[in-house]
Amino acid sequence: MNQRKIDLWVGILVVLGAAALLFLALKAGNLLQINWGPTYSVTARFDNIGGLKADAPVKSAGVVVGRVTSITFDNQTFQADVHMAIDQRFKFPVDTSAKILTAGLLGDQYIDFSPGGSEKNLANGSVIRNTQSAVVLENLIGQFLYNKAASSGAGDGK
Amino acid sequence: MTVADRLVSIGAGTRQLLSSLGYAARLFVRLLWLVGRVFMRPSLLIQQMYFLGNLSLVIIAVSGLFVGFVLGLQGYYTLSRYGSSSALGVLVALSLVRELGPVVTALLFAGRAGTSLTAEIGLMKAGEQIAAMEMMAVDPVVRVLAPRFWAGVIVMPLLAAVFSAVGIMGGYVVGVVMIGVDAGQFWSQMQSGVDVFKDVGNGVIKSVVFGLAVTFVALLQGWRSQPTPEGVSRATTRTVVIASLAVLALDFVLTAMMFST
Repeated sequence: MNQRKIDLWVGILVVLGAAALLFLALKAGNLLQINWGPTYSVTARFDNIGGLKADAPVKSAGVVVGRVTSITFDNQTFQADVHMAIDQRFKFPVDTSAKILTAGLLGDQYIDFSPGGSEKNLANGSVIRNTQSAVVLENLIGQFLYNKAASSGAGDGK
Repeated sequence: MTVADRLVSIGAGTRQLLSSLGYAARLFVRLLWLVGRVFMRPSLLIQQMYFLGNLSLVIIAVSGLFVGFVLGLQGYYTLSRYGSSSALGVLVALSLVRELGPVVTALLFAGRAGTSLTAEIGLMKAGEQIAAMEMMAVDPVVRVLAPRFWAGVIVMPLLAAVFSAVGIMGGYVVGVVMIGVDAGQFWSQMQSGVDVFKDVGNGVIKSVVFGLAVTFVALLQGWRSQPTPEGVSRATTRTVVIASLAVLALDFVLTAMMFST
C-alpha cells in the first residue's frame, strides 16, 4: 500500500482517537462544568468539620458557588480553618453563615452558605464568623439516649 | 546432578537473568532516547502506526462494545437490587475509564499487535535482514525498533479512548434503550461522577504506561529470539505471557498510586 493511503488511514485513526477522548472529557466527564473563572478566597472556622474533605463544593441555595481548597488546624484557637475559593461572580454579605451539611443521608459533606443581611460583602481573605459544625452521629445518638433516660427517669420519679 | 552442579547452575542462571535484565534496560533507555530521530523520519512511524493501530481498531472497538453491553447488564442487575439503577451511567463510565479501558485494550493489543511485532522482528532476524542492515552501517535499532516502539506508545492511548467511548455507548444502548433506565439520569450522574483529570486523565496515563510496557516486551522478545521457527514461536508466546502479566502488575501499582486516599 502506498504511503499516501497509509497516511490517510493513520490520520483517520488519530482523529477517531481524539474524538473518543473529547467525548470522554465532555460528555462523560465534567470538563464543561469546571469553573475556570477567577475566585476570591474566604476562610471559615469550625469546631468540628466532620468528614469534610478538600475539593468539597461550597453551595448556596443548592447551587455550587465555590470549592474548599484546604483545611488546616489552628493550634491557638483549637478550631479547624477551612479555606475556600468562591467564584468572583457571587458576592456574599459579611454576616453569611456557613454550615456543614451532608448530601443525602450518608453522602459526601459540603459547605452551605446562608446569606445574612449586611450591606458589606466578603472580600478576598475575609473570615466567616457564623459557623455551624458538622453533625457527628455519635453525639446525636448519645444525646438521644440521654434524653430517653432523662424522660423515663422523670416519669418514674413522679 | 550433584549438589555442587545444582549450585553452579543456579548461579549461572542468576547471572544470565541479571545480564538479560541489564540488556533490556539499556535497550529501553536507548529507545526512549531515540524519540527525536524517529520523528525526523515520520514515514516509518506512520507506517507502523497503521499496522499497529488501524489494524487493531476493529477488535478494540468490537470488544469495547461487548464489554459495554455486559457492564450495562450486570450493572443494572446489581444496582436495581438496591434501588440505585439511576447510577448505571456512573458505574459503566468509571469502570471503563479508570480500569477496563486501559487494561483490556493493553491485553488485546499485546495479543494482536504484540505478537505480530515479535514475529516480524524474529523473522527478520532469522532471515538475516538485521545482519544485512548492520553490514550497510544502518543501525537496526534506529531503523526497525524505534519507529515500532513509538508507534505503539502513541497508538495505545488512542485505542484505549476508543474502547472506553464505545463501551459507554454500549452501556447506554443496553441500559437506556433496551432496559429502560432514564437517559437523563444516566448522563447527568455520569457527568457529575467522572472527573476529567482524576479519572479520564489517569486512564490516559495508564494507557501510555501500558503502551510502553507492551510494545517494549514485544520488541525485546523478537529481538532476542532464536533465529529459528521454534525460537520465533516461543518468543511470540512469551510476548503475550510477559506483556499480560506486566500490564496487570503495573495496573495494580498505578491504581495504588493514583487512586489511594
